[in-house]
Amino acid sequence: MRSLGVLYRRELGMAWGRGGGPLLACAFFACIAALLPLAIGPSPERLAAVASGSAWLALALSSLLSLERLFERDFEDGALDLIALGPASLETVSAVKCLAQWTANGLPLSIMAPVVATALGAPLSLAVITFATALIGGLGFAFVGGTGAALALGARRGGVLVAVVVLPLLAPPVIFGAGAIEAYAAGMGWQAGFAFLAAYCLAAMGLSPFAMAAAVRNALS
Amino acid sequence: MITRLTIENLSLSRGERVLFDALSFAVSAGEAVALTGRNGAGKTSLLRAVAGFIRPAAGRIAFEGAAGELEPEDARAAGLHLLGHQDGLKPGRTAGEELRFQALWAGGDEASIAEAVKALQLEPLLGLEVRKLSAGQRRRTALARLIAAPRPLWLLDEPLAPLDADRRAGLGLLMERHLADGGLILAAVHDLLPIPARAIEIGGGA
Repeated sequence: MRSLGVLYRRELGMAWGRGGGPLLACAFFACIAALLPLAIGPSPERLAAVASGSAWLALALSSLLSLERLFERDFEDGALDLIALGPASLETVSAVKCLAQWTANGLPLSIMAPVVATALGAPLSLAVITFATALIGGLGFAFVGGTGAALALGARRGGVLVAVVVLPLLAPPVIFGAGAIEAYAAGMGWQAGFAFLAAYCLAAMGLSPFAMAAAVRNALS
Repeated sequence: MITRLTIENLSLSRGERVLFDALSFAVSAGEAVALTGRNGAGKTSLLRAVAGFIRPAAGRIAFEGAAGELEPEDARAAGLHLLGHQDGLKPGRTAGEELRFQALWAGGDEASIAEAVKALQLEPLLGLEVRKLSAGQRRRTALARLIAAPRPLWLLDEPLAPLDADRRAGLGLLMERHLADGGLILAAVHDLLPIPARAIEIGGGA
């Protein structure tokens, strides 16, 4: 347990150290949101109608940014060898890495999500559910994204490959997350969408560590 | 605690190419073995196979402890260090941070880290970013984990390459101490190790 804490703190330190990855992801998030009115026109009614959905789309794209370095850097500089010979199984290691990815990136992004949605014209009453869905969804993004990152290990220019592998898998949380907000805004039952989102994330947390560990073992051999 | 490493009839292949065939030898506690051979003969692959990263095409790799044969997974997770060509250090972090992580992850503690810093004279480097270190300084930082997290079996891949003459001698002293404490060393080398070691030539190559 103590060594997992050591690994978790290292991952957090690396995410925040030099270059400030999470800030970059947040800035990217804001840039996409700023482009949206330019693309679909500034009329407030039209923007307000797509605000929550666009915030979710931007969230999914921003979550991809730092995925590449989740495993790739440790693989390139040999640190993954060292980590594989440690006290914890690769499955546990992958899960810890994804949890750190969620804390470092998912958390700041989910704080940004209601801000961006509100700036685009979504009513303030949606802020809480936007934050909650983004937070839970971010957990799924981190684990599914980690699987893509592990699969792309060793591929040259893996970043784009990660995005192509991962984006289709992010469709369900985008549907459930944006759907829950939509339903809440319309005064209908949002619990179903939210529950599906949570179920997706739980499944991702349960299954993807095995996929990640297998992909890492394959890359190391 | 590993007291003996046995390699029996081991064959390794990478893709279609067979690196070597039917290799057998053993390393006992207190013994150093130097693997020699031409480039591409399979020295690095053999070390990675012992560390469990490469699955042998045939043959077996066994670890023995005082109480008989050990489960390979347990032996690897707690009993061996692999130090490859790459030092496993992050350019953007300080040498001190990296050493601390490597040592604590591999089972060391604060006292053993301090000992390693002293043994490898790393004190002046600890606050520097890894990107600012020379190749030799990086290697010394990586070697520190051997001392900072004591494990019986050292698998070293060209450990001496970037080190100067004094540091090589210094590493020799650390190796001697490790062997005297019942450690095992398996090193792939082109230069001679600074300690007496049994040489095993690995075949073929191209």
